Amino acid sequence: MSTQAKSFALAAETAAISRGYWSTVWMRLKRDKVSVFCASILLVLVMIALFAPWIAPYDPSQGTMMKRLSAIGTPGHWLGTDELGRDMLSRLMYGGQMSLLMGLLPVFIAFVIGTALGLLAGFFGGWVNTLIMRTTDVFFAFPAVLLAIAISGALGAGFINAILSLTLVFIPPIARVAESVTTSVRNLDFVDAARASGARSLTIIRVHILGNVLGPVFIYSTSLVSVCMILAAGLSFLGLGVKPPVAEWGLMLNTLRQSIYIQPWISVLPGLMIFITSLCFNLLSDGLRGAMDIKR
Amino acid sequence: MFVFIFRRFLFALPIALAVAAVCFSLVHLAPGDPLTAVIPADAPAEVVIAIKEAYGMDRPLWIQFVSWVQRAVQGDLGVSVATGRPVMGDIQLALSNTLTLAFASAFLGFSGGILLGALAAVYRGTWIDKAATAVAITGVSVPHYWLGLILVIIFSVQLDWLPSMGAGPGGSANWAWDWAHLRHLILPAVTMCFIPMGIVTRTVRATVAEILNSEFVTALQARGLRRPRITLHIAKNAAPTVLSVMGLQFGYLLGGSILVETVFSWPGTGFLLNTAIFQRDIPLLQGIILVLAMFFVALNLLVDVLQTLMDPRIKRS
Repeated sequence: MSTQAKSFALAAETAAISRGYWSTVWMRLKRDKVSVFCASILLVLVMIALFAPWIAPYDPSQGTMMKRLSAIGTPGHWLGTDELGRDMLSRLMYGGQMSLLMGLLPVFIAFVIGTALGLLAGFFGGWVNTLIMRTTDVFFAFPAVLLAIAISGALGAGFINAILSLTLVFIPPIARVAESVTTSVRNLDFVDAARASGARSLTIIRVHILGNVLGPVFIYSTSLVSVCMILAAGLSFLGLGVKPPVAEWGLMLNTLRQSIYIQPWISVLPGLMIFITSLCFNLLSDGLRGAMDIKR
Repeated sequence: MFVFIFRRFLFALPIALAVAAVCFSLVHLAPGDPLTAVIPADAPAEVVIAIKEAYGMDRPLWIQFVSWVQRAVQGDLGVSVATGRPVMGDIQLALSNTLTLAFASAFLGFSGGILLGALAAVYRGTWIDKAATAVAITGVSVPHYWLGLILVIIFSVQLDWLPSMGAGPGGSANWAWDWAHLRHLILPAVTMCFIPMGIVTRTVRATVAEILNSEFVTALQARGLRRPRITLHIAKNAAPTVLSVMGLQFGYLLGGSILVETVFSWPGTGFLLNTAIFQRDIPLLQGIILVLAMFFVALNLLVDVLQTLMDPRIKRS
């Protein structure tokens, strides 16, 4: 880019920034076709999951043994039925409730706890930093999948335990990002100025630091949602997540796996849902990263 | 240099010890007694005490931990509660199978990722770049256990070309480098290679694109260097970053193979871990997690050292 073009771009960006940071991000995100498309798909999936009790054609836990494993396209069950004769479409609709919750909730809890830990470590430094960051180092010594499975395996199967283990897996990486951003912000002049004017630590964190840390940590956390979706469904797939007869995509994949010699393509459906959701979260996170990176 | 390696090694020791502590305490996270799996519910009290003594579980926790670590260092991870066999033997066999699978998928994933990433960086903005980026994002978004299932449906169920279970004919757990065994390796290795391929593609694309934009490449071109020589310069500059990502990914292949191993009944550590969890075989569970985590710690150490050896710009402090 030539110097002239650069200064034009800079002027354009300054104009954009004067509109306010978040409205600029929103504008840029709206212009990104891929992000809008992914966000709409996710919105539809969330809506379907929320309104499943009203729109699902059948009860997800009631099956007819006579109609076990009907093929896709069977009249009345146009996505077929599972190994207990339950309607696949209804189960996929209900399954979204658990799968989306298990993908989002651990990352959200880890976002809150990890940001708090990272802020503390980065702002106070010294032994607080050493204590928090060396502890996260230990968790970094485990591959994420192994850690999640090990904790779930030790705690036993169940929804709460799966959420707990996934949250524990995502706290250290989020804390690490929050710590490094906080450390870099802490040494900026405006923080010194605030301190010189007599502001208390808590006020400085709340007013001057939090706003600068939340953005980058938020982007990073959104990129973890897709990993969390896949891991959560993976736990259920191993029998370590929710227990039957709850409809959940990972668990459905697990039970339908036994039937691949009879109705192979039905067992593909729950995995397809996990794939679409995680792909959309990934693309949306990429779009958000691009939109929030206003300097570029 | 040796001082640096030595110091880096010293730093890894407390981490290794803390990792061992996490592995050990995992068991005590679980509600109930770790021995509930072996002791019948109606066993008399003195039998319960005798069994506890036999497994050394009557002593205080920290003494149990110290003696566990002492024996683990000597290669003794205790005896399986379910089978009565030493845990170490089972883990060694399983680990060799997991390593075979991890090397195969790493080879496929890394070579594919480097190729796609480099092509995407050189032909940035063209359809090649878009295709490579699409492959990369699909690779990191796809639930690999589901991908494995699809491959089984296509190549085992419908076409009947490749076996879907085990590591060898007749469900043998002993690996050998012949076609009868290799056939079993193809589907799991292809399934697992997509995640590292996606991540390596993204890394290589970003790194090479940045290097291509830097002035020294223009300078090299201006001096009239031929393309192979310039490529060599670019590769040398990209290597440290790409290498560290590949090291991590290899670690994830080792530790994250449990889902794929379950789909293909591959007799590796993941499969063994699954068995240990559902039989509540605590010594086996602790042992596998410890061995895998130690591999990961060692791998990180190795990558760090290699990276510093290759890139003099990294401060050796």
